[in-house]
Amino acid sequence: MHHKNIAELSAELAAKKISSVELTQHFIDRIHQHDEQLNSFITVTEEYALQTAKEADDLRAKGNAAPLTGIPIAQKDIFCTDGIKTSCGSKMLDNFIAPYDATLVKKLKAAGTIMLGKTNMDEFAMGSSNETSYYGTVKNPWNLEYVAGGSSGGSAAAVAARLAPAATGTDTGGSIRQPAALCGLSGLKPTYGRVSRYGMIAFASSLDQGGPIAKTVEDCALLLNAMAGFDEHDSTSVNKAVPDYTALLNQSIKGMRIGLPKEYFSEGLSKEVETVIQSAIKEYEKLGAIIEEISLPHTALSVPAYYVIAPAECSSNLARYDGVRYGYRCKDPVDLQDLYKRSRSEGFGSEVKRRIMIGTYVLSAGYYDAYYLKAQKTRRLIRDDFTEAFKKVDVILSPTTPTPAFKIGEKTSDPISMYLSDIYTIAVNLAGLPGMSIPAGFVNKLPIGMQLIGNLFGEEKLLNIAHQFQIVTDWHKQIPEGF
Amino acid sequence: MSLTPDDVKKIAHLARLNLSDGDITVYTPQLSSILHFIEQLGTVDTANIEPLAHPLDLSQRLRLDDITEQDMREKFQRIAPQVEAGLYLVPKVIEEA
Repeated sequence: MHHKNIAELSAELAAKKISSVELTQHFIDRIHQHDEQLNSFITVTEEYALQTAKEADDLRAKGNAAPLTGIPIAQKDIFCTDGIKTSCGSKMLDNFIAPYDATLVKKLKAAGTIMLGKTNMDEFAMGSSNETSYYGTVKNPWNLEYVAGGSSGGSAAAVAARLAPAATGTDTGGSIRQPAALCGLSGLKPTYGRVSRYGMIAFASSLDQGGPIAKTVEDCALLLNAMAGFDEHDSTSVNKAVPDYTALLNQSIKGMRIGLPKEYFSEGLSKEVETVIQSAIKEYEKLGAIIEEISLPHTALSVPAYYVIAPAECSSNLARYDGVRYGYRCKDPVDLQDLYKRSRSEGFGSEVKRRIMIGTYVLSAGYYDAYYLKAQKTRRLIRDDFTEAFKKVDVILSPTTPTPAFKIGEKTSDPISMYLSDIYTIAVNLAGLPGMSIPAGFVNKLPIGMQLIGNLFGEEKLLNIAHQFQIVTDWHKQIPEGF
Repeated sequence: MSLTPDDVKKIAHLARLNLSDGDITVYTPQLSSILHFIEQLGTVDTANIEPLAHPLDLSQRLRLDDITEQDMREKFQRIAPQVEAGLYLVPKVIEEA
């Protein structure tokens, strides 16, 4: 039962072959059985899940079921959940019981989903390996010695190990796509402004975007249907009609133009990953797509621009954690400065402090123009590269990551080598575009992700092209041993 | 740009972080190498380029100045570290006359 995707589970619920309570209990049992070795959940909301599952069954009995009614999912612990601990992977919020639901949580609830719990993540979503979490590293179900990716590593590990049919994630520089890639899943970062950020704890507000992590592209489409839409509580939410994202999935992609950015297939890309991606490209040729080389000339500057803009926004956003209104407060502060300084130093982990300090520095008097303004100008050049490319192609195809999952501990002492592991995903956030990662093969029994990048609000076409790949391949159907 | 331990101390103070001497020893070379890495941005000419703050080039949406939020003070204060009579408490900041 846990190997079925959402579309299949939805059909079983509709045919009354299983109830939501049974389904929910099954996944809770699996969490209890397997999560000790993976560490993918921070909080399991067992009672709450069974209660809402019962309500979903009642709703269905009355004939009021929607496609997601009664489907259990996991929520990344970055989304505020009313009355339930929302830690953001940080000691700073270890005692934080959110006083309201994030819009995304509210919408998924309204669509009938059941929340199994809150998943582990890099602290404040700052990390690419889930090693910065206050709650410990998440293990990759494909090999427990390897990272699950980050920052939505708990979500990805939970879905890959079949502890939840799907989960939510957030993506500031690749935090949905990279863990999806490293765990053999399908993950979608929507266009900036498509999914509300209200109640999603802020890291870098001009880059953050929530989205689904699931086993299939079709499941991502079903979840995006529930997640997307205008929200007056998010000042950057875009007021644009939400189409049915499943409508175009089965359309032929014959004649579609797929661009391969030459800068993404150059030095730094491992040979093994390249081989996997080249065979995926051949599948697309067989499906009738037209493959052409394109250029995104400012690619090399995307990681440096990101590591100015993201820390700058992080240092502003995280200024709110002062030990006064909520979250961690140090013991016996002697004065206000001491309260601020010790609460923040004791509450934040080292990667978060590193980024706060970089952000503080690049925004400080005398350096603002040289760093922050320069990065924002470069951001426009990076965005314009994509605008030019989309005049020629429908989607852009690349590897999601330059290498397969790396070993736990391998990159923790070298921040820059960790940052560079997001080289193919970061530009997409800077440009605000939708991007997906889908499974494309294996190297040494570790999954490899292929990234597809769409034009602004081009999720329908993106999902269509990704789904067509899953019709002719079975990489997304592989299951890690022991799960 | 290489930072000195004193630079790092100053940045930490601006960010309201307490760093031990041991922390400063670790952070000084790390932050320096990150800044050095960021300096690649200097290789591109951005003379006539407008900065991009919002990926879709949109500006902030405004709303009418109406009261739309409910009063949730009690609920918010339940999760605060220290409150009294509806107020958030901090160490004394104003000296007695």
